Amino acid sequence: MSRIDNTFAALGQRKALIPFITAGDPSPEMTVPLMHALVASGADILELGVPFSDPMADGPTIQRASERALKKGVSLRSVLNMVAEFRQQNTTTPVVLMGYGNPIEAMGWDVFAQRCDEVGVDGVLTVDFPPEESHDAFAHLQRYNIAPIFLLAPTTTESRIQQVAKLARGYVYYVSLKGVTGAGNLDLSAIADKIPQLRQHIKLPIGVGFGIRDAETALAVAKLCDGVVVGSRIVQAIEDSTEANVIANVSALVSGLKQAVEQA
Amino acid sequence: MYNYPDNTGHFGKFGGIYMAETLIPAVEELRDAYLHFREDAEFKAEFADELKHYVGRPSPIYHAKNWSDRLGGAQIYLKREDLNHTGAHKINNAMGQALLAKRMGKKRVIAETGAGMHGVATATVAARYGMECVVYMGAEDIQRQAPNVFRMKLLGATVVPVESGSKTLKDACNEAIRDWVTNVESTFYIFGTAAGPHPYPMMVRDFQCVIGNEAKVQMPEMIGRQPDAVIACVGGGSNAIGIFHPYIEIEGVRLIGVEAGGHGIDSGSHAAPLTSNSKVGVLHGNRVYLMQDENGQIIETHSISAGLDYPGVGPEHCWLKDTGRAEYVAINDDEAMQAFHNLCRFEGIIPALESSHALAHAAKIAPTMRKDQVLLVNLSGRGDKDINTVARLSGITL
Repeated sequence: MSRIDNTFAALGQRKALIPFITAGDPSPEMTVPLMHALVASGADILELGVPFSDPMADGPTIQRASERALKKGVSLRSVLNMVAEFRQQNTTTPVVLMGYGNPIEAMGWDVFAQRCDEVGVDGVLTVDFPPEESHDAFAHLQRYNIAPIFLLAPTTTESRIQQVAKLARGYVYYVSLKGVTGAGNLDLSAIADKIPQLRQHIKLPIGVGFGIRDAETALAVAKLCDGVVVGSRIVQAIEDSTEANVIANVSALVSGLKQAVEQA
Repeated sequence: MYNYPDNTGHFGKFGGIYMAETLIPAVEELRDAYLHFREDAEFKAEFADELKHYVGRPSPIYHAKNWSDRLGGAQIYLKREDLNHTGAHKINNAMGQALLAKRMGKKRVIAETGAGMHGVATATVAARYGMECVVYMGAEDIQRQAPNVFRMKLLGATVVPVESGSKTLKDACNEAIRDWVTNVESTFYIFGTAAGPHPYPMMVRDFQCVIGNEAKVQMPEMIGRQPDAVIACVGGGSNAIGIFHPYIEIEGVRLIGVEAGGHGIDSGSHAAPLTSNSKVGVLHGNRVYLMQDENGQIIETHSISAGLDYPGVGPEHCWLKDTGRAEYVAINDDEAMQAFHNLCRFEGIIPALESSHALAHAAKIAPTMRKDQVLLVNLSGRGDKDINTVARLSGITL
């Protein structure tokens, strides 16, 4: 079993907390300490954003984080090295890379998949690669048993849900609103309506993200699914912090989210 | 027989649908609607009628004899897209997409724009059909193209400055895509060039093919035959594909796309992904030749003309390059400026800086050709919008 499967199996009926940070933000040196701090504060799975120059699906918060990281010279290569460093101390918490396809294309999917295997990446989510365009790319991931993580959206049709169900491994990430990361106006009843439709076809755990900003919404969402993804809120806390207090601030935020999710 | 894209939107290995899941159903809805209406007699009739009576088509072809004589070689003919309503070829596509939006029941249209011509065209058709219109434009381009910004506002559009990234066309595209994700059900994205996710490259090409289809009839009427070469500037490549496509299966007609060479290909400061042999990559919904660094990050481009200042190029041009049917070259900023001034002085036509790249390449090769040979240049837009840029570069304060 993979680390992701093990994690959900160990959680049983409890819900996973899946925080997202952008690799290299606020600095390349801070990323591995932040990853450890997230785990210490209750993260079950880590989503690590690979910065990209043109993050079309992200709102301004994560875009600024990408720009900060790129300015400090962060690349897909260095992100993989960060995971390797993280794995020196942590061999159990799953790490999912999330980003856009072009940096991987530039590296080559074969090289990328092999490096993911070497450093201990467990899943890969490429926002702009839908199933139709992903077959060749994901064949490389499958060779190393790295999970392709897919997004599903409020607009996703039944036939596309079925298509994703066949390809997805690890978990499926349901985008809880029409919009970019960090947008507001979360519609809980719409999520409650959609999840049963997804479960008819998706036998994997379902994580829900986009628009979760506090403990209250995290709890409400956790009740409806298997895992809660929180990104922009944490990235915002990183932006609002100094290097001296960023670990403490992020830890406090994630601990609060964990307490909420545990009540679900 | 040339029949691209395939039914999944690919031109060989190029094109495709590389979009976030939220937008996939919207792109599929658009594809289905377009495939239906492109065969619909009433749609085709309305499009043709609007092009004739509102846009002012067909656009004439003009023999630039003074300039040709001075160059002393091939005869240069100009397809006068600058004479269209709103002053560029962009209106052909904006009109087609607006008619489609109307039939799909979308009351709100959005667009990205570089030089502002596509933004003006979109604002124009939105006013014509009573639609809400939001145009995204890079903050740097807003500086470069102030007159077009005001034109859009006069037409009732909201112009949103984009401050992220390089603050140019690609960033305007990112922001328009974000708007579309958020307002996907109410909004039609009138994309300005023959790139992006399927069906845009095909649809934009089809709407722009009116240029080449007219030329194919007009040239034999004027000179008794087709031209020896057709020349057009290429940013995303919509005016070029519009005039190239009807000529693809006509043997003996060279198709020459002219990219923005900026300060020169060797300087790295340009917007010429085809000429500079950029690697294939994925951006804005399609797989194309793409200017990027070794880590797959999109690099900032440079061109004197905002409309060509884009790191990618439409997938059909990538395919035509690989198959060898079209050839691609680059013209530098200063060469384009020279052609701009020459057309002003020798023919009394102020061309867009974008089109000036195509003109400059014609001026470069005409002297190497016989006087009975013919170059057809797509004069894709007029240059009124560029007078501030030209004045600034000439050290003149208006």
